[in-house]
Amino acid sequence: MHGFLSYLNAHFHALRLEFWGLFIGGIGSGIIYAMVAIGYTMVYGVLRLINFAHSEIFMTGAFAGYFTLNYLIGSSSPTGFSSILLIIVGILAGGITGSFFAVVLERVAYRPLRIRKAPKIAYLISAIGASYFLLNLAAKEFGRIGRGIAQPYQNHTVFTIFGAPVEMYNIIIFVAAGIMLIIVDRLVSKTKLGRSIRSVAQDSETASLMGVDIDRTIAMTFVIGGFLGGAAGFLYALNVGVLYSMGFTPALKAFTAAVLGGIGNLRGAVIGGLILGVTESFTVVFFSGAYTDVVAFAILVLVLMFRPTGILGELIGRSA
Amino acid sequence: MANLFEVSNITLRFGGVVSLSNVSLYQKRGEILAVIGPNGAGKTSLFNSLTGVYQPQEGSITFNPKEGEPISIIGKKPHVISHTGVARTFQASRMFNALTTFENVKIGAESHKGIGAIGAILRGPATRKDEKYSDARTWDLLDFVGLRAKANYIASSLSYGERRRLEIARGLATNPEVLLLDEPAAGTNPSEKLELTDLIRKVRDQMGVSILLIEHDMKLVMSLAERLYVLNFGSVIAEGTPDEIRANQNVVDAYLGTTTAEGAN
Amino acid sequence: MNLPFIKKFSTKALIILISSELAAVVTGPPGNGDTPWVGFHDSITQKASFFGLFVTGRWALFYAIGIISYLAVHFFKKLNSNNSAMDSLRSQYSSVAKNKYFKLAAVLVIGVLAILLPTVITDPFWREAMVSQIAVFVLLALGLNVVVGFAGLLDLGFVAFYAVGAYATAWCTGALPMPPIFGSHVNPFFAIPIAIILAMVAGVILGIPTLRLRGDYLAIVTLGFGEIITLFANNLTGITGGAQGTKQVPHFSLHIGPLKYIWGLDPVPYYYLVIGFVILFIFIFYSLEHSRVGRAWTAIREDEVAAESLGINPLKYKVMAFAIGAASAGFAGVMTAAQSNFLTPATFTLALSINILVLVIFGGMGSIFGVVFGAIVIQTITMYLIHTPPAGYQPPDLYIYIGALLVIMMIFRPGGLFPARRRQRADVATSSLENSNG
Repeated sequence: MHGFLSYLNAHFHALRLEFWGLFIGGIGSGIIYAMVAIGYTMVYGVLRLINFAHSEIFMTGAFAGYFTLNYLIGSSSPTGFSSILLIIVGILAGGITGSFFAVVLERVAYRPLRIRKAPKIAYLISAIGASYFLLNLAAKEFGRIGRGIAQPYQNHTVFTIFGAPVEMYNIIIFVAAGIMLIIVDRLVSKTKLGRSIRSVAQDSETASLMGVDIDRTIAMTFVIGGFLGGAAGFLYALNVGVLYSMGFTPALKAFTAAVLGGIGNLRGAVIGGLILGVTESFTVVFFSGAYTDVVAFAILVLVLMFRPTGILGELIGRSA
Repeated sequence: MANLFEVSNITLRFGGVVSLSNVSLYQKRGEILAVIGPNGAGKTSLFNSLTGVYQPQEGSITFNPKEGEPISIIGKKPHVISHTGVARTFQASRMFNALTTFENVKIGAESHKGIGAIGAILRGPATRKDEKYSDARTWDLLDFVGLRAKANYIASSLSYGERRRLEIARGLATNPEVLLLDEPAAGTNPSEKLELTDLIRKVRDQMGVSILLIEHDMKLVMSLAERLYVLNFGSVIAEGTPDEIRANQNVVDAYLGTTTAEGAN
Repeated sequence: MNLPFIKKFSTKALIILISSELAAVVTGPPGNGDTPWVGFHDSITQKASFFGLFVTGRWALFYAIGIISYLAVHFFKKLNSNNSAMDSLRSQYSSVAKNKYFKLAAVLVIGVLAILLPTVITDPFWREAMVSQIAVFVLLALGLNVVVGFAGLLDLGFVAFYAVGAYATAWCTGALPMPPIFGSHVNPFFAIPIAIILAMVAGVILGIPTLRLRGDYLAIVTLGFGEIITLFANNLTGITGGAQGTKQVPHFSLHIGPLKYIWGLDPVPYYYLVIGFVILFIFIFYSLEHSRVGRAWTAIREDEVAAESLGINPLKYKVMAFAIGAASAGFAGVMTAAQSNFLTPATFTLALSINILVLVIFGGMGSIFGVVFGAIVIQTITMYLIHTPPAGYQPPDLYIYIGALLVIMMIFRPGGLFPARRRQRADVATSSLENSNG
């Protein structure tokens, strides 16, 4: 008992020392989970199904950003304005590629089933198949070893908060992800497209009677979700590089975030992502690295069992 | 003798939306009771509360079986409530579409026995006797509702009227004391409606099963029910015999006027 | 000019072009991460023989194959829908197939063929594959079929039960760092019931919390559980031997009185042992399907709320499906452990779970015959690709085909090659209903 207490004590001490560092790291990964989680949550809203292949959207976005930056940067080391430009280009490359694959996925793997009014299990199987296809095709075409991305900026500590360093990478993802999340929030809550997405989420039959083009709305949902997922893949890759199987774990965590925030709920997905990122970051102090993935998964199982509607509740149709 | 159902002051909410507010009602044993009201008045919510699909936040529901202690319904799971002797049908018929008419009814007839996985593999005399009994009971019920000829048809190939009768047979197969019918006449044609009315009455008269019914078709309700409750916005606004309800100005204002208009559509 | 016709025609031609070039890429040479287009480029432009007639680029060859297969399918469909001779042939076939004696005879013929198979197959690669890659996978597919096909539960962590069976065998025979229950010299035959029971218990333990969840949540949670089992097997070195794997698992041996037999390195005796268990499991699963239990599973799969209103406890039946499905996976685990003598966590991956799923989907969810057929066909093809790989084929490429097959099956033939009687009826029923409503 005493041993256990001193174990806890030592670890809490470490936690106090590294609190801000871990917190900033946690927010950083959390905001990426949030971006991916929005893709899950929006698709769930309109189709009532988990887009199992979203992890591969993330992966394709990361590879697109990787190839674009490697091509543009070559062996130079950009600074200042060109850094910013390169990051924007990378985000667009990742996002557009993500959107493209998301739309193709919807068209090929989901729409035929939707037309046939197939049971849910058929969608899940089709999604898993599509995910597996993309994953292993990427492995074949791009190799099975991880690669680092050409750095568009010099990663140095910009300033410190309570002694914790805030690096350039943190600032980039906070700003980039923050802007994208705000745009999507406005898009869904204020525009005509947003209204049709919400109406389809609420009741697709009524929406179609009211003149909403269901197919187009669903496709646009995949475009938005795919853009965020692909861009998130690029931002993630800036830090850890690319690998064909890189999507699996972040996507499982993003899904956890979506459920944690209340699936179907956009702001819930963001809050869920941040909570998950920070929680996970702090658990590193207590568990060895191999088990951090288990922590996220344990959260998923617990939330699903005890509060399946998440923190903010399922807000299908009232996405904002 | 105690009433079959005793519902007192139940309130059911979904988030901020109140679906049933302070509803009290009772059903006498052997009675054909109807609950009417406009769309969204909470009728199906009431059914779902009586069968354990929804759990009201306040109030109590007591079911008094012929034998044994009164049973509190709230907090029990649907399959447990089915075992106590409450059977139901659904608004949009919910058949097991992959199974035949016969198998649909047989599932009802055998669902109250144990699982019997070992028996299913070994097929001992006890299992075979059980199967024989369930088969016989299924045939009886198919005769009763007039679906013997369609025993080997896939459930979803049946007409709306046949599906309604199948659902009634399936519910009866669980050997209930009360059968809850959720809009049994929806989607049926006039002649099927007449047959259904007779069938429902026959269920009560010949099988001694009480009937609780939700229905939009006023003609059917008024000819069938012995007593009615009227729900509007989740509350009971009237109770009485068909004649009393017809004369009740509240009901006419809140409901009857609108449904006759709807019926004309 | 018929514009809509041209539009429709060109759309079709484009779709065929895209899919055949995709096929060219999938089957073509691999690329690498430095030059992203090399794999795609080579796959399309490499020279290929055009059916032995002349040499052209792969893109043309694949487009030709695409068009030919489209026309073949189209022609076959036409033939099917217009030809009354086909219809009568089919109805004759189905009335014969329904005949009880015909069924019995078919089963007997297949049984005799299965028994004679080892005399035909003498190649050591195929003798080995027959047991460890085909028969064992038939068992796994049969088990997953109970879960996915009968009860309609998508379990993506099915490999966990296989792992439990295998590691339980290693444990019983003293091949784990953890001390065995009955001492290390236990007859491996005793491992069979223990492994099966432990796998079933694992099914119950995993099932009780997860089977309350909605279908899509169940899929993702089981997927996570499958991953976690691998993670633990890798990291709990003191219990499982970690990533290094187990110590030597002994072969089966039988010592009952005067009877003494040892299963050695020759796969054939294992083959007969597995076939015996395959028959046993088929019998058990078939009996269950056609009993109260099978009907309850179908009811839950079709409409859980209605099933519950009839007094069926869904959780109980779902947990049962998990446990029963786990039983055959547990036995498959015993076979793998005893025959290969060695286990590592690397065997029990998510990829394997999906591999088993594709066997079930391809053959026909819920159809025992279909699933056995699907497992034999797909595993044989897989093994053939390993045995004599075509140019440019690497073993992990298999998963590309598996992924594509899952999507294609769901789009064009969701019931599988041999749709289950009960599922086929549901499909027919919904389509006829929609027609009458429309």
